[in-house]
Amino acid sequence: VSIQCGNMFRAVFRLSATGARSLTRSRPCYSAPLASRCYSHGKVETDEEFDSRWVTYFSKPDLDAWELRKGMNTLIGYDLVPEPKILDSALRACRRLNDLASAIRILEAVKDKAGPHKDIYPYLIQELKPTLTELGISTPEELGIDKL
Amino acid sequence: MMEWVVRGGDICTLLNIFVSVPPEVSESVDMSQPMYWDRVDIPLPDRPYKDVLTDADKSLKQKEKGPWGQLTKEEKIALYRLTFCKTYPEMKQQTAEWKTVMGGIFFFLGFTGLVIWWQSVYVYPPRPRTFDDEWKSQQLKRMLDMRINPIQGFSAKWDYEKGQWK
Repeated sequence: VSIQCGNMFRAVFRLSATGARSLTRSRPCYSAPLASRCYSHGKVETDEEFDSRWVTYFSKPDLDAWELRKGMNTLIGYDLVPEPKILDSALRACRRLNDLASAIRILEAVKDKAGPHKDIYPYLIQELKPTLTELGISTPEELGIDKL
Repeated sequence: MMEWVVRGGDICTLLNIFVSVPPEVSESVDMSQPMYWDRVDIPLPDRPYKDVLTDADKSLKQKEKGPWGQLTKEEKIALYRLTFCKTYPEMKQQTAEWKTVMGGIFFFLGFTGLVIWWQSVYVYPPRPRTFDDEWKSQQLKRMLDMRINPIQGFSAKWDYEKGQWK
């Protein structure tokens, strides 16, 4: 198991108190169990498996609006901020469904998911910038709806 | 929370108070249809906020099918507002509800105080005579004369030579 240092934001950002990790500390690169269920047996899903599962979900070419909503609501229900690649896949699904409003809503939702960790959202936007410009999605800040 | 439109009529029917002004009819929501709600943990509700679109809205929706880079900022905001009622900051706005809650608490505490006062005037029986100062002093003297609890309790604290408490 190799240890990758220097990558501050690794895999999914877990915000639960049981983690109690500061984001500025680099984490060792072991496959940490994602779901906090205490399986004594049974395979625990790795972060990469979780991410790729969700990327695949949103990448479905004929994803319909209900599945998009269900997927996003479920994803936001988890105790984590989704990786940029999952969000990229979701935003492209919005584009296929011609739904700009939902794309902007997704950005608002992940900003809210980050909670007090104010550095997560700018990182996500930075990572998603190519996709946002390609698809023509404006961030809530650009539209001015992030203020009251 | 469900986006109920609660008017005064609802409170009135709850409290069974008849008012001279007829209550406004509150919108009764059809719970069998997909509903819209603003919730931070449900970013994409079951239906868009506005499902009855004007012609301008419909043409905007048509434009949405093209490249989004061609939409102006105002059009993007308009599209957002068609689908959603409140933005996240608007949802998370602090309300002044706590003032209503505290006010209600103090009001009902005050009302309870009035009820208790009324009870003390109209409900309580006459004051027993055993509470009169004269009775109590005679009772005390009797207890001392009987040497109640003389070792460690009551009479032990009374100095019988000097006729006062120790």
